[in-house]
Amino acid sequence: MTTPDASGNHPGSPITIDEVRHVAELARLAMSDAELEACRSELVSILGHIATIDGVNVEGVAPMAHAIDMSNRLSEDVPGDSLAVEEVLANAPAVEDRFIAVPKVLDPGDGA
Amino acid sequence: MSTHGTISELAGRIRTREMTAVAALEACLGSIDRYDGTISSFQCTSADIARARAEAIDRRIDAGEDVGPLAGVPIAIKDNIVTRGEPTTCGSRILEQFQSPYDATVIHRLNDAGAVPFGKTRCDEFAMGSGTEYCAFGPVHNPWDTSRVPGGSSGGSAAAVAAGFCPASIGSDTGGSIRQPASLCGVVGLKPTYGRVSRYGLVSFGPSLDQIGPFARTVEDAALVLQAIAGEDVHDSTTIDTPAEDYLKDLHVPIDGLRIGLPREYLDAGNDPAVNDMVNAAVEIYRGLGAEIVDVQLPLTDVGIATYYVIGPAEASSNLARFDGIRYGRRVAPGAGEGLFDLYARSRGEGFGAEVRRRIMLGTYVLSAGYYDAYYKRALQVRRLIRREFEDVFQQCDVLMGPTTPAPAFRIGSLTDPLSMYLCDRYTVNANIAGICGVSLPAGFAEVEGRSLPLGLQLQAPALGERTLLRAARMFEANTDHHDRTPDLDAMAMDS
Repeated sequence: MTTPDASGNHPGSPITIDEVRHVAELARLAMSDAELEACRSELVSILGHIATIDGVNVEGVAPMAHAIDMSNRLSEDVPGDSLAVEEVLANAPAVEDRFIAVPKVLDPGDGA
Repeated sequence: MSTHGTISELAGRIRTREMTAVAALEACLGSIDRYDGTISSFQCTSADIARARAEAIDRRIDAGEDVGPLAGVPIAIKDNIVTRGEPTTCGSRILEQFQSPYDATVIHRLNDAGAVPFGKTRCDEFAMGSGTEYCAFGPVHNPWDTSRVPGGSSGGSAAAVAAGFCPASIGSDTGGSIRQPASLCGVVGLKPTYGRVSRYGLVSFGPSLDQIGPFARTVEDAALVLQAIAGEDVHDSTTIDTPAEDYLKDLHVPIDGLRIGLPREYLDAGNDPAVNDMVNAAVEIYRGLGAEIVDVQLPLTDVGIATYYVIGPAEASSNLARFDGIRYGRRVAPGAGEGLFDLYARSRGEGFGAEVRRRIMLGTYVLSAGYYDAYYKRALQVRRLIRREFEDVFQQCDVLMGPTTPAPAFRIGSLTDPLSMYLCDRYTVNANIAGICGVSLPAGFAEVEGRSLPLGLQLQAPALGERTLLRAARMFEANTDHHDRTPDLDAMAMDS
C-alpha cells in the first residue's frame, strides 16, 4: 500500500506542514504554527503505527462500515412532539427574535 | 447505610420501606460531599431534580405501587449523555454552557425501572482518552491511588462506583471506555453488543462503535441495569430489533463444560507481569469450576489499535463537525473583517482540547482525497477480517478470556505520547470493531509502591451473547473475593 494512488498522493511519504495546514482548513480548526507543527509530528507517529494494517492481506475483502449488517429501516411517518423553539434557542450563542444569529454569510457585493 | 451495598439489597430495602429513596439519595450526596473533593468523579450533581424523583418513588411505594427493579437506586450518568434540565458538557469547553433539552432513552428507561439518575460524571473530552485526564474541567483521580488515573474515557463513572458514591453508573464504550476504567478502578463494567442499548441522547463520537453500558459492584447489578436499559428504540434505528432477554435467569447456572478460549495473543510478554499472573490465576479458577480452557489464536489483535485509529477518528471528524459555534456551544467573538469560516475555525480551535483536535485532524486526513483508499477503506476491510476472526474463534469456544488492560492504572500525566495512551486499549478495541459484547470484572491487584491497584479480567462473547457472558462472569465472581475490597477514602483524603 505504499504506491501512489490515482491522485498522486503517496501514503508512505512524510507529511508536510502544508498538508497539515490544508487538513486543518478542511476540518475548520484554527491552529497556530506551533500547534500545526506539533500536530504534524504526532500524525507522523500515529500514522506510522497505523501502517501495520498494510501487512494484512485484504484482497477480495468487502469493506465493513458497520458493526452489524442492516439495511435502511423505515418507520411510519407519524407526527410527534418536538423540542420547544425557546428551549432550542436557549443553547444558541446568539439569537435575534426567534432565529439564531450568524455573521453575514453572503457578501452584499456578490449580487446575492 | 453503606454506600458500598448492591442494587438488589438497596432496592429491596426501599421497596419494603425499610429505607426511603430520599434517604438513599442523601447518603450518596453526603458521601460525594465528603470525599469527591479528592476524587473529582462528578462534574455536577442535580440534587433538586433527583430529590423530586426520589420523593415520587417513595410516594408510589407508599401507595403500594411496584416501582420497578431499580426502586430508588441512585445512578450516576456519564456527562456525554443528555439529561433534561442538567448540563451536558462532554468534558469540553465548547459545551461548557450547554443545557440538555431532552432526556436520552437510557434516562427514560432508568426512570421507568424506578432508578434515580442524580448527577453527571466526568469523562475525557468527547469520550476521547484512556485516563479521564483530557476532561477540560480537570482530571478524575483513581480512588485506589489518587496520584493515578481511573482509566477513561468513562473514568468518573468508574471512580464513582469504586468510591462507593453510588451502587451503579452509566458509561459509554467506543474502544474500551467502560471496560478499561472498570478494570483500573476494580468494578464491573459491561459493554453490551452493538445496538443492544439505544444511543439516542448519547453525544456521538464513533456511531458505528459507540455503545452505552453499566458500571456496578457486582455482575448481578450490572445485569439488572442492562435489563432496564436494553432493547429496541424507535429513536435509534441501529438498535437491534430482537427483544432483550432475561439477563438474570442464567446467572447462577453452573458453568460446567463451558468452553473458555484463551487467545495466545492476550498473554503478551509486554503485559505487566502481575496482569499475566492474574489471568493465569483466573484460568485455574475456571478449571476448578469445570470449564474447559481452550487454546485459541486471534492474530488480528495486533492490528486492532491501527484499525481503530482510522475508523474512530474518521467517524469523529465527521460527527464533531456539528460543533461549529452556530446553533449551540461556544462561539468566539467575531474579529474585525472575519467571515463565517473564521468563526467556525476559531470557535472550534479554541473550544476543543488537544486530543479532540488531534483525532479530528487524523480523521480528516485519512478521509481526505488521495488517502481514503489507503487508510479508511483498508481499515474497513480489516474490520471485516477482525469480525470473521471472532466468528471463527467462537466456533471453538463460548466465551473468550484475557486481561482488560496490559497494565494497572498509570500515573496522572505520565503518558505524554498519544500513541502510548492509545495502546492501553489493545485488548478492548476489537470488541467495538466487531460489535460483540465484553465485560471487565475485578480479578486481582498489583502491589505497586505500597498501593494495591485493581486488575480486570475481560470476558468477551459473540453478538447478543450477554447471557453466557454474564453467567461466566458471575461464576468467577462467586468464587473470588476481589470485588469485596474497597479503597480507603479516608487515607486517600489525608494523603492528598
